Amino acid sequence: MDIRKKYLLWMAGMAAAVLLFSIFALCAGQYHIDPVRVFQELTGRAPGGTADNVHTVLFNIRIPRILMTLIAGAGLASSGAAFQSLFANPLATPDTLGVANGASFGAVLAILMGFGAVEVQLMALAFGVLAVMLVFFVTRGMGQRNPSMLMVILAGIVISSLFSALVSLVKYVADPQDVLPVITFWLIGRFSEITRASMLMSVPLILAGCILIYLLRFRLNALSLSEDEAKALGVNLRLIRILVIAAAAMTTASVVSVCGVIGWVGLLVPHIARMLFGNDNRFIVPASILFGGLFMLVIDTIARCATTSEIPVSILTAVIGAPLFIILLRRTGGMRL
Amino acid sequence: MSIEVCAGTFSYRKNTPVLQDVSFSAESGEVVAILGPNGAGKTTLMKCLLGFLPWERGFTRIDDQYIRDIKGKELWKRIAYVPQAREPAFSYRTEDMVLLGRSPYLGNFSVPGKKDYEIAARAMETAGISHLRGKSCSQISGGELQLVLIARALAAEPEFLILDEPESGLDFRNQIVVLDLIRRLSREQGLTVIINTHYPDHALRVSDHALLLFGNGAYLFGRTEHMLTEDHMRAAFGVDIAIRSALINEKQYTAVLPLELIGREEKDTWTNR
Repeated sequence: MDIRKKYLLWMAGMAAAVLLFSIFALCAGQYHIDPVRVFQELTGRAPGGTADNVHTVLFNIRIPRILMTLIAGAGLASSGAAFQSLFANPLATPDTLGVANGASFGAVLAILMGFGAVEVQLMALAFGVLAVMLVFFVTRGMGQRNPSMLMVILAGIVISSLFSALVSLVKYVADPQDVLPVITFWLIGRFSEITRASMLMSVPLILAGCILIYLLRFRLNALSLSEDEAKALGVNLRLIRILVIAAAAMTTASVVSVCGVIGWVGLLVPHIARMLFGNDNRFIVPASILFGGLFMLVIDTIARCATTSEIPVSILTAVIGAPLFIILLRRTGGMRL
Repeated sequence: MSIEVCAGTFSYRKNTPVLQDVSFSAESGEVVAILGPNGAGKTTLMKCLLGFLPWERGFTRIDDQYIRDIKGKELWKRIAYVPQAREPAFSYRTEDMVLLGRSPYLGNFSVPGKKDYEIAARAMETAGISHLRGKSCSQISGGELQLVLIARALAAEPEFLILDEPESGLDFRNQIVVLDLIRRLSREQGLTVIINTHYPDHALRVSDHALLLFGNGAYLFGRTEHMLTEDHMRAAFGVDIAIRSALINEKQYTAVLPLELIGREEKDTWTNR
C-alpha cells in the first residue's frame, strides 16, 4: 500500500482512538461515571449543576488530567523523535542532555528548602534549562568552534550524572521523617498531582515545543545525515540544532516539572512510528505526537483504575514499555532504520 | 561558469601544511579528477574547496564570487556535494532521500511541494534509478546508494557537482555506470564536475584535467593525459607504473598497471626536485 495512504489511515484511526479512549477515561475510575451522564455534563445539560460531585470530578480532576497526559505524551514522544534525528542515534531520548536530572535536582532542592508547589515547579524548569546550558558551556570550552554531536552527547552524560549525584546528596541530607518521602514521591513520575496552576505553567511550553518540532520536521531528515552532507544541503546546522535542543529541553523540563520523570515514551513511541512508516520525519513527528498522547493516556488510565490505590505511571511505562519494545523488535525483525 | 581555487593553503598543525598554494580551476562541461596517495590531502582539498574547512590562505571562487561571501542557501543551489556512499543512521526511502536535495530551496519550516517532487523524480530518472522508488536506502546495493546520492545532488539543479570517491567500493559494472553518468552530466548538461578518485584509470577515462597531489605539499595540475604519466605517478605513489593502451572495437582504452614498490629514498629524491 502507498505509504501516504497507510499513514493517513493510521492517523485517522489513532485520532478516533484518542477520542474514544478519552471518553472511556472520563467514565472510568474509582468513582465510576455513566457515559450518558458524561455526555450530559459535556454538553451543559446536566441535572446536578456545577456544585454536583460528578461535575467536580469531571471538570476539576478528570478533564485536566486527561489533557495533561495527552499533552505530556505528545511532548515526550516528539522530543524523542527530534533528538534521535539530531544525534543520528535511534536510542536517543528526550533526556539525552540531562534535562530530566537537572529538573529533578531543581525540584528536590526546592522541596528541601520548604518551597511551595509553584516554586518547586519553577525550580524544576529553571534547572532543566540550566542543565542544557551547562552542556553547551562544556562543549564550548573544548576549544572547538563547532563541537561535534558526539561531544555534545558526552557532555550530556557528564552533566546528567552530576545532577543525579546532586539529587542523591539532597536525599541524603533530607529529613527522613517528612521531607525524604515527599522527595521520593516527587521523583516518581505520576499525573496525580497536577493542578490548574501547574498546567497553566507547563502546557503552553510543551505545546510550543511540539509545534516547533512539527514545523522543523523536514529539516530533521537532513539533520540525521553527516554534518558535511547536511551543510551541503543548505541547512543552517547551528540554528536548527539550537532550535531542536531548545524545543526538546523546554518540553522535557516542563513535563518533569509537573509529572516527574517518565521514561520510555520518548524512545518507544517514535520507534513504533518508525516501524509503521519508515524514518521520514514528516510522518514520524506527527505520528509521535498522536501516538505519544494516546500511549500516555492509556497507561495513565490503567495506572489509576487497575488497583484501588494508584500505581505511579513511570513504573507502568517501564513495565509495559520494555516487553512491548521486545515484542515489536522480534516481530519486525529489528527496526527498519 | 567556472570554479577556481587560488593559492589555497591549509594545515591541521602549525607550519606543516597539507596543501600549499594549490591553484586549479574547472570550467563548465569539464571533469576534473583529484588524485594522490592516502593522506596526501584529497579529502582535505575537497573540504576546503567547499568551505567545510577554512582555507588558511587563498580562496575558492565561482564566477569571480568568493564562496565565503555567498549565503548558505544560494551557494548550495549552485554547488552540490556527493559524499562517499555510507549507509546513514536512519535510512529513508530512496525518493525521500533524493527529495532532500531540494532543501536549499525550502525554508526551515516548509516541506517540499509538487514542483519539488517533479524535479526529484526527474533527477532519479537522469541517474537511472526510477525503479528504486519505494525501496529503503538500507535495502539497496552500494552502487545503487551512490546513484541515489548523485540523484539527490542533481535534485538541487546545481551548476557544480563535487563527488568524493564516487566509484570507490563498487564492482566493475557499477564503476562504469557511475563514470558514464558523470561524463554524461558534464557533456550533455554542462555541469562542472570535480571528483576524488583512487583510480588513475578512471581519471583517464572520464576527466579532462587532473590534479595530482604528491603528499608533501607539491602538486601538478593539467590535462589528464599529461599529468598521469608513468613518471609522475611513480613519484606520487611510490610504485613503478606502466601505462598501456589498447584499441578494442575501434575504441581506445587505457590501463594503468602498478608494477613493484620503489624505495622510499628514491621517491623522496624525485619529489624534492
